[in-house]
Amino acid sequence: MTWIPEVASNLASKVDGLLILITLLSLVFFILITVVLVYFAIKYRRKREDEETPYITGNEPLEIIWTVIPSILLIILFVYGYVVFKDMRTPPEDALEVTVEGKQWLWTFDYYNGKKTINELYVQHNRPVRLVMEAPDVLHSFFVPAFRVKQDLVPGRYTQLWFTPTKIGTFDIFCAEYCGTGHSAMLGKVIVLSPEAYEIWEKGVKADEGAGVASLPPAELGEKIYKEKGCNACHSVDGSVLVGPSFKGIFGHAAVMQDGSSVNVDENYIKQSIIEPQAHVVKGFQPVMPSFKGILSDEEVTALVAYIKTLK
Amino acid sequence: MANHTIAHNVYVPFLEKKGILSWILSTDHKRIGIMYLISISFFFLVAGVFALLLRYELLTPASDFVQPHTYNVLFTLHGSIMVFFFIVPGLAASFGNFLIPLMIGAPDVAFPKLNLGSYWIYLLGTVIVLIALAKPADTGWTFYTPYSATTDTDVVLITFGVFVLGFSSILTGLNFIVTIHKMRAPGMTWHRLPLFIWASYATAVLQLLATPVVGITLLLLITERTLGVGFFDPAKGGDPVLFQNFFWFYSHPAVYIMIIPAMGVISEIIPVFARKPIFGYKAIAYSSLGIAFISFLVWAHHMFTSGISDLAATIFSFLTFLVAIPTAIKVFNWTATLYKGSIHLHSAMLYALAFVFLFTIGGLTGLFLGALAADIHLHDTYFVVAHMHYVMIGGTVMGFFGALHFWYPKWFGRMFNETVAKIAWFLIFIGFNVTFFPQFFMGIQGMPRRYATYPAEFESLMALSTYGSWILGLGIFIMTINLIAGLINGEKAPQNPYGSLSLEWQVPSPPPLENFEEIPHVTDWTYGYGKKK
Repeated sequence: MTWIPEVASNLASKVDGLLILITLLSLVFFILITVVLVYFAIKYRRKREDEETPYITGNEPLEIIWTVIPSILLIILFVYGYVVFKDMRTPPEDALEVTVEGKQWLWTFDYYNGKKTINELYVQHNRPVRLVMEAPDVLHSFFVPAFRVKQDLVPGRYTQLWFTPTKIGTFDIFCAEYCGTGHSAMLGKVIVLSPEAYEIWEKGVKADEGAGVASLPPAELGEKIYKEKGCNACHSVDGSVLVGPSFKGIFGHAAVMQDGSSVNVDENYIKQSIIEPQAHVVKGFQPVMPSFKGILSDEEVTALVAYIKTLK
Repeated sequence: MANHTIAHNVYVPFLEKKGILSWILSTDHKRIGIMYLISISFFFLVAGVFALLLRYELLTPASDFVQPHTYNVLFTLHGSIMVFFFIVPGLAASFGNFLIPLMIGAPDVAFPKLNLGSYWIYLLGTVIVLIALAKPADTGWTFYTPYSATTDTDVVLITFGVFVLGFSSILTGLNFIVTIHKMRAPGMTWHRLPLFIWASYATAVLQLLATPVVGITLLLLITERTLGVGFFDPAKGGDPVLFQNFFWFYSHPAVYIMIIPAMGVISEIIPVFARKPIFGYKAIAYSSLGIAFISFLVWAHHMFTSGISDLAATIFSFLTFLVAIPTAIKVFNWTATLYKGSIHLHSAMLYALAFVFLFTIGGLTGLFLGALAADIHLHDTYFVVAHMHYVMIGGTVMGFFGALHFWYPKWFGRMFNETVAKIAWFLIFIGFNVTFFPQFFMGIQGMPRRYATYPAEFESLMALSTYGSWILGLGIFIMTINLIAGLINGEKAPQNPYGSLSLEWQVPSPPPLENFEEIPHVTDWTYGYGKKK
């Protein structure tokens, strides 16, 4: 990988200009200090114990030079940083609005036409997008490295962020503000579609899930959903305990609930746990799971059930 | 230069008395300094082990060594113990206690009993936090709300421990301010003071003025958790960002509480081993005060993405660039001090030179984070982790190790093995850079901090960083053994092995109980190296 990450938004190249300028200035000063330090340490190394040294206590012109020159450079960096920042904070009027909710530990996106997605943000190539973001629980931070944008989500207020995607493809979303146990699993993708593909997606057909995906066997589709819709942030498939119970070997066995009752883990229990998670909470876990009602279709729930069955 | 004291009494080194009571009831600043030194070194090693464990977890992308929750606990303990138990009291409480009276020609600090009380308060704080480890917090050392108000781990006890510790810091700061004002020997004017004293003074002012704010903040958090008062909970009319404002109002000045004493140490070591007066004495002295003052006005540069207003962000960015200027001035002056010197690369000097080199990297990478648009990208990534470790290890810890090797003969009256010390220095220098330099690249690539698991593309840099931590750990292990071995079987140290002109070297090693037979009369500044008599 190169040292500068992929450039995929209108803001990225502006930020990179600043990053490169600071890097160059830093290198100049770093090399200057290092060379002088090493040169002096070698050249003036003590050769005899009784060496005489000159009595030099300072040099005013030098003090002025090395105060004034860095000050001027610092002001330039400040202004440059501010100018790009101003751009980042001023969304164009025609930007398409998407409402973002970040909660422990997944992202949901609500679009103008009533569509709703989890952990996948669909946007159109070269069309500005403004995200209006909120968090119901704790702080989160929406971060897309390829776009060079980041903004915290703060309970009790809306925050916003905008960008114009300039590259078709799929880019990582990270949660950058520590939000608890599942923080490092609070990942998503921005999917930048061509105008044609976006139009198809807008009308309801999932652009990335064409005929190929629909024909997947249910268990494989379930595995795909498990990874893409954020189930994996809280539920492992190898028996390790994360935020929620592991899926490994649960199907067909009885589980003890918080109220001491015992429930058999079957198709109905799994479906209920997805749609109405607080109905029966397994003993030892917190009632924190969000409902996936209206987010996952019946077919997708069925596929998840099929997948869980395979985890012996 | 000071007149030498003539021994007409019997010399009784301060370490003469034995027995536990001679320590825990001692009001001697040198003994209190040792008790702090042992305590902070212990916590440094403990928190270092947490660091090795969490780096070990990061060897591979999956969480295969510990579960994510345990990882979160590890970085919380690593951070909070390092910050509150090692690096904040750090040099100020240990070397500050030992050196301030000796350097200014005083028999002790202004309030010796208060000084002992401060240490007891520190111990009380550590005991509370050790109890809190029964159900350790997973909030990170910053305790950001609302997470810290809602997690079911024990946040109350650990923050209460930190709250108690704060009093130790405040009282020590108060004690040092009064000592430096009122206890200087005759002739020890402000402009003759060693720069370590100027640095300690600036630090003490910060401790006194900033620490109460973090105390209040943590108390508000405790109140919110236990009584349900909604200071930070938006559902009750509070504001989570308020916590960040409060927290950084202390914790940014605290960064300078951590680094300024180390700058003072460097300003002492370099002139002695270069046999040159410090270059630009006044510039260094007043830049410490300048940094201390501006450090109160930059806190929100930790919050550019937090939702603060654009105007606030812009002002704080500007002020942040201002603080870079006095810092740069110091680096230039230290480097210029070497010019035409007679440089002896003693292990203490190697640590001082490592400080200048690494701190320069730490400072320059701070420019990326002060510039608004660049910070938006780099905030909360490994770039920040690398930057702060270059300042805190590359700066403060190098200063601390330098101080250990420099004043060791004076404090304990013995020498350590210099060859082993140099080997340890080399391992620490290499290990540190291998650990943290790759993290700058990971950060620019977008790797967020505080991730228990991470995307596979970062695996090679992450592994490199983990290997580096092993080299660093080995170096610190060897250094520790070497210094402990010196206490047991090191050669007896002479009074002034390096030919320093500072007052503490004009008394026997270790110093007598009362420091000076007679209070010295000072006639010149501390840095008259090469001055024709």
